[in-house]
Amino acid sequence: MDLFEYQGKQFFANYDIPVSAGSAETTVDGAVTAADKVGYPVVVKAQVQVGGRGKAGGIKLANNADECREHASNILGMDIKGHTVEVVWIERASDISEEYYASFTLDRSAKKHLGMLSAEGGVEIEVVAVENPDAIAKIWIDPVDGLTEQVARDWVAAAKLNPLATEGAVDILVKLYNAYVNGDADLAEINPLILTPTNKVHALDAKVSLDNNAGFRHEWDEYEATQERDDREQQAFEADLQYVGLEGSVGIIANGAGLAMSTLDVVNQAGGSPANFLDVGGGADAKKFIKALTIIDNDPRVRSIFINIFGGITRGEEVANGIVAALGEIDLKSPIVIRLDGTNADEGRAILEPHLNEKLQMAPTMLEAARVAVSLASN
Amino acid sequence: MAIFVDENTRVIYQGITGSQGKYYAGLNKAYGTKVVGGTNPKKAGTDVDGVPVFANVAAAVEATGANATCIFIPAPGVRDAVIEAAEGGVDLIVCVTEGVPAHDEAWFFNKLQRDFPNTRLLGPNCPGIISPGKCNIGITAGHIAKAAVPGAKNVGIVSRSGTLTYQALYELKAQGIGVTTCVGIGGDPVPGTSFIDCLAAFEADVETHAVMLIGEIGGSAEEEAAEFIKTEMTKPISAYIAGQTAPAGKKMGHAGAIVSGGKGTAAAKMEALLAAGVKVGANPTEAGELMVEIVSSL
Repeated sequence: MDLFEYQGKQFFANYDIPVSAGSAETTVDGAVTAADKVGYPVVVKAQVQVGGRGKAGGIKLANNADECREHASNILGMDIKGHTVEVVWIERASDISEEYYASFTLDRSAKKHLGMLSAEGGVEIEVVAVENPDAIAKIWIDPVDGLTEQVARDWVAAAKLNPLATEGAVDILVKLYNAYVNGDADLAEINPLILTPTNKVHALDAKVSLDNNAGFRHEWDEYEATQERDDREQQAFEADLQYVGLEGSVGIIANGAGLAMSTLDVVNQAGGSPANFLDVGGGADAKKFIKALTIIDNDPRVRSIFINIFGGITRGEEVANGIVAALGEIDLKSPIVIRLDGTNADEGRAILEPHLNEKLQMAPTMLEAARVAVSLASN
Repeated sequence: MAIFVDENTRVIYQGITGSQGKYYAGLNKAYGTKVVGGTNPKKAGTDVDGVPVFANVAAAVEATGANATCIFIPAPGVRDAVIEAAEGGVDLIVCVTEGVPAHDEAWFFNKLQRDFPNTRLLGPNCPGIISPGKCNIGITAGHIAKAAVPGAKNVGIVSRSGTLTYQALYELKAQGIGVTTCVGIGGDPVPGTSFIDCLAAFEADVETHAVMLIGEIGGSAEEEAAEFIKTEMTKPISAYIAGQTAPAGKKMGHAGAIVSGGKGTAAAKMEALLAAGVKVGANPTEAGELMVEIVSSL
């Protein structure tokens, strides 16, 4: 779960990482009032979860209330790479001597935490990694050991930060690691981490992604509520379904994440394009199929629906009964093609047989079902 | 032969008194797995359908000689359950539970490696492991797997996905091909057992003649497997990578299945495997057909 910058800064502040005072606002008047309180000059920053805000005109400096009003009214409602700006973050402008980069993330390959620190901040780290990889000092931290102050100190030296920044940087890195681990973040990134003319080190931006699996030990309701979701994803979220919205015309339901991904693959290979990813999970509950089918059928993109089921412990006849019961309760506009295989597939197919018609077809294999679904979608 | 589990594996279930633990312990037992006990600190001394319940893993091991455990504890308790199992002295920990925080996984992976280097962890978020006809631990439907046939050309399977694994077992059975062991390593970011661990074990297993590998988008485990295959594997391999058309930046059901920053794409994984001499199918059916070709050419 990705946080907006203003949420990331709140998250950092909870772990004593120095951030600028500021306020998240949804209206122009609110932005101006907040700026008056913070004190000029202020920065007006678009809150969207996509890079390149500055280039798109989503970050502006305002020296007075009139400028703040102008920038806030331009930025609120602005479209940045398909994301509409609904919130602006107003903060006191900082004097900057130098810009650095710092982050922690999990290195899945090393199975350790990876810390990256660079004296070249303020630009995308991916660009630095390509153009000047030596400018990034990396350390791998064993989660059992954690990050000690001494290791942080050596790391700062290796990154060749301005010596004036050493104490502040060591302090922030230890706190950032603490926030990353105890806050259950997948990513905690500060870019830029700045050194001010008064030799203070300070987080000027916050990019935080949280591990949804750790929600049980945190209060993340507010973050959950503000996630960017389209209508379909919002419905699926409320129905507790594993769903990802896509742009094609074939709706997909499969049992198992791997099989669902694989279903997207075969639909593409058959010349079609999936409208979604949906893992309905194990079991054969009619209610789950009703929810899944309703969300998919409400999607105006969808022209056909491909249900791809492989019976394991859940037997084919149980799944077939679940689907038949679901179809008895809802009236769908799109035609369905079902592939049912695995445990007791024959029994399951026999249950579906009497219900087959032009809007409910069955195909013997996954590839054949994909072809039928694609051809139905193009009619 | 088989890898990691066989007819001598004696299993306990942490969380046997919960609905999932009870259900799958029962199915595994009915399959013929030596299910010797379970744990629940509050219900020690009772039994679940005749399977004795102990206070903790150490007590269960002491009383039953168990050498493996299967964890059905809810995600918040998994970190403690894994360490309890390792301290209890089992050789193999199979963690079926999904939704375990990544920081917990990274922590206990390193803790085990440091303090319990001889304990193997499989999962979390994995379907388990089956050596057909000998031992089935986890949630795989045992009857869809055909046991390895002595003297015939048998296959090993290693997979990050549950349902696709079942499909692979099913298709091999339909073709009359036996399976020595099928390992579901799970779809999380820090799996306890990697593709490479399984490939190395299959390479050393005399009864396994070929390996089927099922990967997914996200991370670089398949690329690392390809490197290993290039230098260390003599046995032929077929593979399929799910998520060839998955969009970047979206988690596809499994916590580890995400293309981020242009890394972890199916295309890069398929290319790496092809370059290592693996026969790569465009979909699971094709990978199955490639395995049939491999087996008939051996």
